[in-house]
Amino acid sequence: MNDSKSLRSRIAQTVRDIPRSGIRDFFEIVSSREGVISLGIGEPDFVTPWHIREAAALALDRGVTSYTSNMGLLSLRRGISKYVEKKTGIAYNPEDEVLVTVGVSEGLDLAIRALIEPGDEVLYHEPSYVSYNPLIALAYGVAVAVETQKENGFRLTRAELEKKATPKTKVLLLNYPNNPTGAALSKEDVEEIAAFAIERDLIVFTDEIYDELTYDREHFSIISVPGMRERTIYLHGFSKAWAMTGFRMGFTCAPPELTEAMMKIHQYSMLCAPVLSQEASIEALKHAEKDIAYMKAEYKKRRNFIYASFKEMGIPCIRPEGAFYAFADISQFGMTAHEFSLKLLDEQNVACVPGTAFGACGEGFIRCSYATSLDEIKEAMVRIARFIEKL
Amino acid sequence: MGEIMNELLNLLKQNALESPGNLAKLLGISVDEVKAQIAEYEKSGVIRAYQAVVNEEKLDASLVTTVIEVKVTPESEGGFDRIADLISRFPEVESVYLMSGTFDLLLFIKGRTMHEAAGFVSEKLATLPGVTSTATHFMMKTYKQNGILMHTGEGDERLKVSP
Ligand SMILES: Cc1ncc(COP(=O)(O)O)c(C=O)c1O
Repeated sequence: MNDSKSLRSRIAQTVRDIPRSGIRDFFEIVSSREGVISLGIGEPDFVTPWHIREAAALALDRGVTSYTSNMGLLSLRRGISKYVEKKTGIAYNPEDEVLVTVGVSEGLDLAIRALIEPGDEVLYHEPSYVSYNPLIALAYGVAVAVETQKENGFRLTRAELEKKATPKTKVLLLNYPNNPTGAALSKEDVEEIAAFAIERDLIVFTDEIYDELTYDREHFSIISVPGMRERTIYLHGFSKAWAMTGFRMGFTCAPPELTEAMMKIHQYSMLCAPVLSQEASIEALKHAEKDIAYMKAEYKKRRNFIYASFKEMGIPCIRPEGAFYAFADISQFGMTAHEFSLKLLDEQNVACVPGTAFGACGEGFIRCSYATSLDEIKEAMVRIARFIEKL
Repeated sequence: MGEIMNELLNLLKQNALESPGNLAKLLGISVDEVKAQIAEYEKSGVIRAYQAVVNEEKLDASLVTTVIEVKVTPESEGGFDRIADLISRFPEVESVYLMSGTFDLLLFIKGRTMHEAAGFVSEKLATLPGVTSTATHFMMKTYKQNGILMHTGEGDERLKVSP
């Protein structure tokens, strides 16, 4: 009974089947070293803007320490509704179409669990954010990866979707601007995908957590396409553009039936999002435009720099249009992404994440985050150049 | 382009030693464009000089910075310009600003000791015709100068690798 083998055998099969995260593996290696310059960090290097922190502190001082409504504070949901309408032109009723979640992470889990029955197929594009595949598996769904191509700048196309769609396909999960590739979609790209979803009568989950962080053109949301609002769960949160990862704040916008279904799970598994974080988010929606513009301008310079540096080194990399990642093609060096990353860490003390952490088709790529100070990025680029010279 | 050139100035203000190559990469323009624009800024006087921001407190014989509020009688021709120009030419004087409010000129001067600074005020400044009064403040500690924090705080608390 207390030998660990028998304990392991009692763990649910679905959980046992989930492979260890490639990110976690790498994290452990990197953490054991000193003086590493890390391009492996998927969160902003900025602290949360002062006035937002102050709003949380003030709420704490006022003794705001209780549960909130399951859905989240109504004033926050109103703010979210206004924000989303301003960005997309689509209005959601704060009373029954907006749900405040603990990060987009929880929103994803809720959407998937609320919709997926055993055997339902979910189309998602790879390379992708690490949690999609396991969350689908935990809901006994079938995760069907659609591999995006570097030739298309990792933009998802209808033709690729058609190849993987089956009568069992129920949901299409999108993430643009994309982690880990930095790809963003044009309006035309989005319309093409929307037409596919409508024709196949699919539900769409769209993770638009990076929508503020596009550098060459405005983001265009799929919910803005006619006919999409009624079949889409829109997922967003404060982690990235507001630099609020530790507050753990996200939200979903969806038709009342879908919101109610997610609410059912949320009320029993989470009860509500933390009230102090909700108070901070109210402030974030009111007064952070300038902060976001400032951080975005900084990311843009770094994006330019990292892109130009890879080009100069002769390492192909699509020009990242959004989020804060560059996905560089290191296949010419005759190593796997994992080998390359380990050797780079070993010889130059620079950490990046092997593309395979984001799906098998990430082989041959490394993800370099530019959510790190310019000085560090500059030094990292010098070291990478030195590294490949010796290969 | 105007916005990019503004960014160029901001980058130079942060680090005047940044190479044209790096500046070009950061701004997404060519090295030649960067060099031409810098030459233009230097020629037109937008860029007046390049200096190091020194943390004086780290030096053994650190200098004392003194801030002086000066009231002067404006002249019918030229107002404050003549006297401000005269004061600006003392080598001890680092900066001179014309201010609104209860006094007229604000000076920053550097001296080796408080005594030296006080000497400057009583012997050179207060005796200038037109100067009606002065108020002298000694600077105790510098937290931030020219946008640069003088004491670097805690490091990066983030996980070294995250999704
Ligand atoms: C694409 C994507 N979705 C969701 C998340 C999770 O964000 P949150 O902090 O809101 O849970 C991340 C975080 O890295 C992400 O990159």
